[in-house]
Amino acid sequence: MARTNADQLHGTLDMLVLKCLDNGPEHGYGIAVRLQQWSADVLRVEEGSLYPALYRMERRGWIAAWWGTSDNNRRARFYRLTPAGRRQLRAETESWQILSGAVARILEA
Amino acid sequence: MARQSIWSRLFGRRTRDTAVNDIHAELRFHEDRLAERLEAEGLPPDRARAEARRRVGNQPLLQDRALDAHGGRWLEALVQDLRYGARRLRRQPGFAAISILTVALGIGANAAIFSVASGVLLRPLPYPNADRLVMVWMDNQRLKLREDWHSWPEIDDYRTMSTSFEDIAVFNAMARTITGSGEPERVIGAHSSPNLFSVLGVQAAKGRTYTEAENTPASNGVIVLSHGFWQRQFGGRADALESTMQINGRAVRVIGIMPEGFAFPNANTAFWMPTGPAEAQRTNRNSLWLQSIGRLKPGVSVATAQADLARINAGNAERYPNQRGYGVYVIDYLTQLVGSVRTAILILLGAVACVLLIACTNVANLLLARATVRDREMALRAAIGAGRGRLVRQMLTESVLLAGLGGLAGIGLAWLGLQALIAAAPADLPRLADIRLDRTVLAFTAGLSVVTGLIFGLVPAIQVAIGDPNRALREGGRSATGLGHAVRRGLVVVEIGAAVVLLVGAGLMVRSFNAIQHVNLGFEPDGLVTGRVTTYGERYAQGPARALFLSQVLERAGTAPGVAGAAAIGDLFLSATPNSTIFSIEGRPDFAPEDRVEVPVDAISPNYFSVMRIPLVKGRFFDTRDNAEAPAAVIINTTMANMFWPDADPIGRRIKYGALSDTGPWMTIVGVVGDTRRTGFEAAVRPETYLPHAQSPAGSMLLVVRASGDTGRAIGAVREAARATDAAVPLQAPRTVDELVGGLTAQRRLNTLLLAIFGVVAAALAVIGVYGVLGYSVAERTREIGVRIALGASRGGILRLFLAEGMMLAGIGIAAGLGTALALSRAITSLLYQISAADPMTLVAIAALAAAAALAACVIPAIRAARLPPTHALRSE
Repeated sequence: MARTNADQLHGTLDMLVLKCLDNGPEHGYGIAVRLQQWSADVLRVEEGSLYPALYRMERRGWIAAWWGTSDNNRRARFYRLTPAGRRQLRAETESWQILSGAVARILEA
Repeated sequence: MARQSIWSRLFGRRTRDTAVNDIHAELRFHEDRLAERLEAEGLPPDRARAEARRRVGNQPLLQDRALDAHGGRWLEALVQDLRYGARRLRRQPGFAAISILTVALGIGANAAIFSVASGVLLRPLPYPNADRLVMVWMDNQRLKLREDWHSWPEIDDYRTMSTSFEDIAVFNAMARTITGSGEPERVIGAHSSPNLFSVLGVQAAKGRTYTEAENTPASNGVIVLSHGFWQRQFGGRADALESTMQINGRAVRVIGIMPEGFAFPNANTAFWMPTGPAEAQRTNRNSLWLQSIGRLKPGVSVATAQADLARINAGNAERYPNQRGYGVYVIDYLTQLVGSVRTAILILLGAVACVLLIACTNVANLLLARATVRDREMALRAAIGAGRGRLVRQMLTESVLLAGLGGLAGIGLAWLGLQALIAAAPADLPRLADIRLDRTVLAFTAGLSVVTGLIFGLVPAIQVAIGDPNRALREGGRSATGLGHAVRRGLVVVEIGAAVVLLVGAGLMVRSFNAIQHVNLGFEPDGLVTGRVTTYGERYAQGPARALFLSQVLERAGTAPGVAGAAAIGDLFLSATPNSTIFSIEGRPDFAPEDRVEVPVDAISPNYFSVMRIPLVKGRFFDTRDNAEAPAAVIINTTMANMFWPDADPIGRRIKYGALSDTGPWMTIVGVVGDTRRTGFEAAVRPETYLPHAQSPAGSMLLVVRASGDTGRAIGAVREAARATDAAVPLQAPRTVDELVGGLTAQRRLNTLLLAIFGVVAAALAVIGVYGVLGYSVAERTREIGVRIALGASRGGILRLFLAEGMMLAGIGIAAGLGTALALSRAITSLLYQISAADPMTLVAIAALAAAAALAACVIPAIRAARLPPTHALRSE
């Protein structure tokens, strides 16, 4: 793996954002709304974390951005997954599953 | 957002603003949508807006964090690196001071010499389109003198027939006595054709320059003043214009003042007057009295102009057979001015580049040694997440910071050095006034500092980049990587080699200078003082009056206390183009034009040779018998006797100036005297003739006085003698002959001194380098030494081991240096005197010196190694 994030929370947020964009391009607000809905309102993404994460991943080439038009005809910045982002998502999903499986087994023991 | 280019990420202020605007717009969109939703969920609009703003958060802070993640923070990262680097340097003040001082020496020397190069060689001359200005010389093949003067008609032909020149102007410098208010003053001025100013492209700042109508002997009583002379003589008053001055007793009208900084042909030229050639001068092709400067048409090369004039010249040689052997030589004006020092400056630039190379090498070695120690720190930083690129950048930032500080200190050193250099430089160094630390030099120095930092930082940075962090952590930072080891040794070889090259150059220059110091001048300069007296005006219109004046001055001066003898000659040291003439020998046919030799014409007082202690070879000196009524007498030098009477006695033979058909009197050779070096140390001695002043009473004479004690007192006595004889005749430019001789060698002395200084600095740095590397090697191999001693190696053996290691490096470096010096020998040959650039004695001496210095540098670390207590060595971790 090319880079690891010291901060596991960063990594988790990154993974969730990547997963979200795996369903198709979305703007920042849309990502926040979608993550909140999918987690059934359990997770509320802080805007203060979301945007730095988006820029960080853009710089790493996992996601790409452009200015487009939103559903209510306003200018919005859209993000989509790049092939590198897709690979990153796969890798992070795998390691997350191993980790969460391990944690689950410990808790069930 | 589109991907940013590296460049805009690094420097783009605009790009950064765009990024901030983008982020702002994006967050604004988010906030709007959130507010709309909250409102749809039932909140009142103002509360919905407030809640949305709270959730999206402190926008500036968020922008800041977003930007950080965005990568628009290169500068901030740089500042961070710089802070970190500065902190490290502060923690190691010894290392920092040594490195900065080393770099400062290297960069300071470069900045100083580059200032000279920039001012003298690179800056354009202060004339519009100065690159089109060329000097047009007469190539005197008879005298092997490529820069001789022209006759008026020859230049006139070039002006009218050439297709390459816009115009050609003629001029000659002269010294004149200004009288009027106060002390009479001798000043240097120039006669010129009126078109000199248009050729140079400079107009009068006040008033006007002279016209063609004023260029005749009857009408040339007008004068244009330099800015400096106007300030000095008239206090810069506007009423100087149209006022009248007395020049050599003649009234002339001031018609113009040139702009400040205009100085042609010399820095001290104070005024210009029309040449005003007499009718005879306008047609006489044998009277060579003019220098000429031309302006080429746009796009014409010097070579084209040369070919153009050579064609006209060939036609003239056809038409006027006595012009054969008088060619033409065109050279661009900048080269003319600075050509003599160009080689020296380039060699000095090479020398300081060597010094800087050595300085770089030393600092690189220090950094390398530290980098080995720092392996651990770097590995640690890599382990906690610093990228390799980031570490390399950190290392480079540190070395550039170091170099930058060294550069700052170097500019200080350069400034000091330049003051000393300008003070020590001979006053006739071309364009001396143009040498200064200007923006060009500062920019050069800044660029050089950065490059220097990158160069000496690169090696340790590469080591970090390819080093294995895990190994470094495991080995506790004790091991040297193989790379560092080999590179350090290589660097030492390079710096010893560079130092040897410099030392060889300096050694050759010192030997040349020494050779020149021992050249026999042909007279004894100790205690001789000189000063010029020039009679002028109605009172001295007749020769006997001038002869009387001189004999009275000499009698007064010769009997003054503190004076052993007083004599006079037209000029002691001669320029390459002294006042000279062809001559004929009685009983022999005229010389063919190509065989003609010119001899300087010098009137002397009878006692000249005895005062100068020039030996009489044959015949007699002049005495009071050789007066105006007696038959014309002449004394020749040994070179002339050998050249024209190789197998016969010249005494009693007769010669005359000019051709056989000329009307001058026959002069009987009464004596042959020893040769004197009057055209400098490096030119061959010319055939010379001396005439008795009583028979040839020149108006301007150089008094030559031998002091019996203090030379200052003798100068005072001469001044008093001149004043007592005629208060209107000033004693001009009193000097000791030692000063004059020093002036002849001043430029060489400076070159030699500078090269020697750089050589010594280079050698000192190289010695420090050898010492440092070997010392580090000892520290690094402490454990190995312990093992060797434990296994029975003697202390002598250890000593020899390290000495051998150091001396092997020194040997390779010295050999490489000698080889390089030989390969470069052609560059310095033109600066040497009577010595070959491959002079074996110099090479051997320098090699021995370098080896001795290297040995000295090796001894201390080697002894330290040999004295290590084995227990300590073994325990060392």
